[in-house]
Amino acid sequence: MNILLVAEHDNAELKVDTLKAASAAHKIGGELHILVAGAGCGQVAEQAQKVSGATKVLVADAPAFEHGLAENLAELINTVAGDYSHILAPATTTGKNYMPRLAALLDVEQISDIISVESSDTFKRPIYAGNAIATVQSEYAKKVITVRSAAFDKVELDGTAELVTLDFTNDAGISSFVKQELTESERPELTAASVVISGGRGMQNGENFKLLEGIADKLGAAIGASRAAVDAGFVPNDMQVGQTGKIVAPDLYIAVGISGAIQHLAGMKDSKVIVAINKDPEAPIFQVADYGLEADLFEVLPELEGAL
Amino acid sequence: MKILVPVKRVIDYNVKARVKADNSNVDLTNVKMAMNPFCEIAVEEAVRLKEKGTASEIIVVSIGDKACQEQLRTALALGADRAIQIDTDQNLGSLQVAKLLQKVVEEESPELVILGKQSIDSDNNQTAQMLGALTGMPQGTFASEVNMAEGKVEVTREVDGGLQTVALNLPAIVSTDLRLNEPRYASLPNIMKAKRKPLEVKPAADLGVELTSKINLIKVEEPSQRDGGVMVESVQELVEKLKNEAKVIS
Repeated sequence: MNILLVAEHDNAELKVDTLKAASAAHKIGGELHILVAGAGCGQVAEQAQKVSGATKVLVADAPAFEHGLAENLAELINTVAGDYSHILAPATTTGKNYMPRLAALLDVEQISDIISVESSDTFKRPIYAGNAIATVQSEYAKKVITVRSAAFDKVELDGTAELVTLDFTNDAGISSFVKQELTESERPELTAASVVISGGRGMQNGENFKLLEGIADKLGAAIGASRAAVDAGFVPNDMQVGQTGKIVAPDLYIAVGISGAIQHLAGMKDSKVIVAINKDPEAPIFQVADYGLEADLFEVLPELEGAL
Repeated sequence: MKILVPVKRVIDYNVKARVKADNSNVDLTNVKMAMNPFCEIAVEEAVRLKEKGTASEIIVVSIGDKACQEQLRTALALGADRAIQIDTDQNLGSLQVAKLLQKVVEEESPELVILGKQSIDSDNNQTAQMLGALTGMPQGTFASEVNMAEGKVEVTREVDGGLQTVALNLPAIVSTDLRLNEPRYASLPNIMKAKRKPLEVKPAADLGVELTSKINLIKVEEPSQRDGGVMVESVQELVEKLKNEAKVIS
């Protein structure tokens, strides 16, 4: 059994999602190869060589792969897919974009967003917004899988994989990159942060999210939001934690003014310690919180910032 | 320009799914069903493109048994022109759905296919991308903005770090994210009018697609519950517990 893991990166840095997906690959068993597709991504390939247990790093370095366009990536992976029994990618917005396209090219049904490996053909994944966990088994010779990073621990960087350069550089020519507007932040990324503080509809407006910033700075935390806060237009969608947003599992998750809809819980309930601050004692978030504080957030947030 | 909008009948998003006692699946008996919320956004986007004069015809398609005609009628009431039901009572995976949609695309030749990014039951997030591969069309997934340009469509996508804009040759596929638009409600006169709009039924078996999924559902369980914790009285007590009991801050 050979497993191909497609690396998540930004052409400069290998993302931690790759290291977490690698641990899912090790649970499946077999030889692990990592594919780094990008442009000017040599540094990422070097980092990928250190991924624990990986024996080969395949590098496709060409302009066609610079921005992760699904049309080009799916074609590229399809050219090397023959050698593998399993093809994995982290279930990031990039992985979710090209993997199903690849799966259809291979005439295989994909298994999305796995949270555990039961055997080499059987996996668990959440369905119905996390209200149920399905155990599914694939009859296909080739398994195409996306991995929910938050459900796996990252592997170490102690490997010495061999570097192999791929000469496929084809641009499908049907799509092109126009621009990107990435949220500038000094803070850690939501999915990589060890502490996350999120605001919900209780924050009342976007301006009040500033109350979370001081606390986030003191804790080195990322700032997230519930879907209700995003829907209400308080903050952008890339801050959304939940089944339809980002899935996080930090050491400490602080939910402020969030009622705890299942949609949101599905995105954070694997956090090690959960703190909930809400003035409604009946809020469902208290049922999953390790520490609950029934209070007016506008009173306690400044106090909390001062106490840290 | 013709737009095709596939829609799915799913559990109403306000209803909490419950697992069957025998762990065979989620129990949908007597549960309120509705159009998948991301599909509603897809219908709305198509209707807006028609209102702007960009689109000339909106065709909605749903795959399922007769019950999904209810969602097709909803889409017609929202502004779609005609509907197709691909009739089957089989439980399909995203790949089978994408193959059936491929047949509809081949017959209707739409310039744009707009789909929800995922359905809130299987949460697969696959169909749009698979349809892209099968038809050779480019894909703009997780769209928060769609703009038609000369022979192309520009799609702004919700990505992990922010937003990414791509330009796609037509015909193209778009999958919708939450912020693309806010779907309207159907008015009563439009609901009445929708009853007279054409709805064609095609047996899935006639389309020459292998319908059997090769992903077996072994069991479905309730997610593991977190044990509830303790209530604290003050910020001081909270900070003390986080430092000394949970040891997650220093």
